[in-house]
Amino acid sequence: MNSVLASNTIRFFALLLVQVTICSNINFLGYINPFIYIIFILLFPVKSNRPLFLLCAFNMGLIVDMFLDSGGVHAGASVCLAFVRPIFLKYAFGTLYDHQILKFNKLQLNELVVYISFMTLFHHFVVFNLEIFNISQILLILKKTLISSLFTVVLSTLLILLFKARK
Amino acid sequence: MQQIFNFVIRNKTFLLFLLLFGIALSMTIQSHSYHRSKFINSANSLTGGVYGTVNSVGQYFDLKEQNLILVEENKQLKEQLLNSTKTTETVSIDSTFTEKRFSIIPAEVYKNSYNSPNNYLTINRGKRDSIQQDFGVITSKGIVGIIDNTSNKFSTVLSILSKKSRINAKLKSSNQSGSLTWDTKSPYLARLEDVSQFAKVNVGDTIVTGGQSAIFPKGIGIGTVEEFKTDATGDTYTIQVRLFNDMTTLQHVYIIKNNDIEELKSLEAQSDE
Repeated sequence: MNSVLASNTIRFFALLLVQVTICSNINFLGYINPFIYIIFILLFPVKSNRPLFLLCAFNMGLIVDMFLDSGGVHAGASVCLAFVRPIFLKYAFGTLYDHQILKFNKLQLNELVVYISFMTLFHHFVVFNLEIFNISQILLILKKTLISSLFTVVLSTLLILLFKARK
Repeated sequence: MQQIFNFVIRNKTFLLFLLLFGIALSMTIQSHSYHRSKFINSANSLTGGVYGTVNSVGQYFDLKEQNLILVEENKQLKEQLLNSTKTTETVSIDSTFTEKRFSIIPAEVYKNSYNSPNNYLTINRGKRDSIQQDFGVITSKGIVGIIDNTSNKFSTVLSILSKKSRINAKLKSSNQSGSLTWDTKSPYLARLEDVSQFAKVNVGDTIVTGGQSAIFPKGIGIGTVEEFKTDATGDTYTIQVRLFNDMTTLQHVYIIKNNDIEELKSLEAQSDE
């Protein structure tokens, strides 16, 4: 149990640091940045109690907001993502999740990619909606969501696989 | 009563979600609608410390470019000095009593962003360097933004690349003024609105600060006219301005402190009464 706590704490701070120092300064094609900090929410233990999970996600988003001066955009999106995660888990893993025997380091690659893609698309859609905050610019929101999500999905899949192999 | 407690306990996750999302949403709305971003900002020792460490490594990568910018600025200043028609006669005998209207404080950019609708910079000067809200920030080429939040050692700057920013600017040739905003499309272009139709505008004309507010002195460069068109009402021009500054590669900036600001403010407060 303690190792779960330790690994999640380390993941929290490591992802935060990588996000604000590297990933938010990539500016690929002028405006595309991946938000890899959501890996923390993706890989949070399934069997933990949900209020704690929501609070952790909120704090993660809040600290990212503080670094990026973005108001409450990332805090809001992270809380949303944490709240709807069971739906995506159920969709992506089906019976594994129903029987409560889901372990993130023993998964098929295709299931993992489906899970990461849906979670990322949802999160980025909320982020850009809150950031632009103007429904008449829905095309811009969708464009940003799609391109940034692609970047995040590739990067976070690689990161998850990289650190899984080491264990 | 029992039922209410049961309801709260049964739906505690959902209620917590609503609470947290409500907090986040209100902070987002607050950051969109008011000029100040009060609650969460990067002018604090945690973010400043992290960005400072990153910057101490990152600054070496564009040393050459920054040197060229400094040499260019030195060249301009030397030219001004050598071509100045004023001679030593105008220097007052006792400089103790000739007050400077503006003081300049150099600073380094720790964080820069230019791809969200409201962009902020974090710089390494704060309250202990006597920086306050509403001081102007410029580079040798042109304006950058206005100080927003300050902590002891760091400040955030509301960039001109921001929907919230409105800066008084004018055409250098005809002195017709308007307000400078940003349409969030490109970090190289800003928009000058509400310029009277009486102004003669040509593509390539210089836009400078207007000096009608206490933030920027008159005549600091902003950019050149890229294109202009008559706006919907038909009596004003909307001008696309190509900025002098490359807002994507800022490193060294100057903060302008208006030494008369206390007096101006108290005067304005008096006339409001």
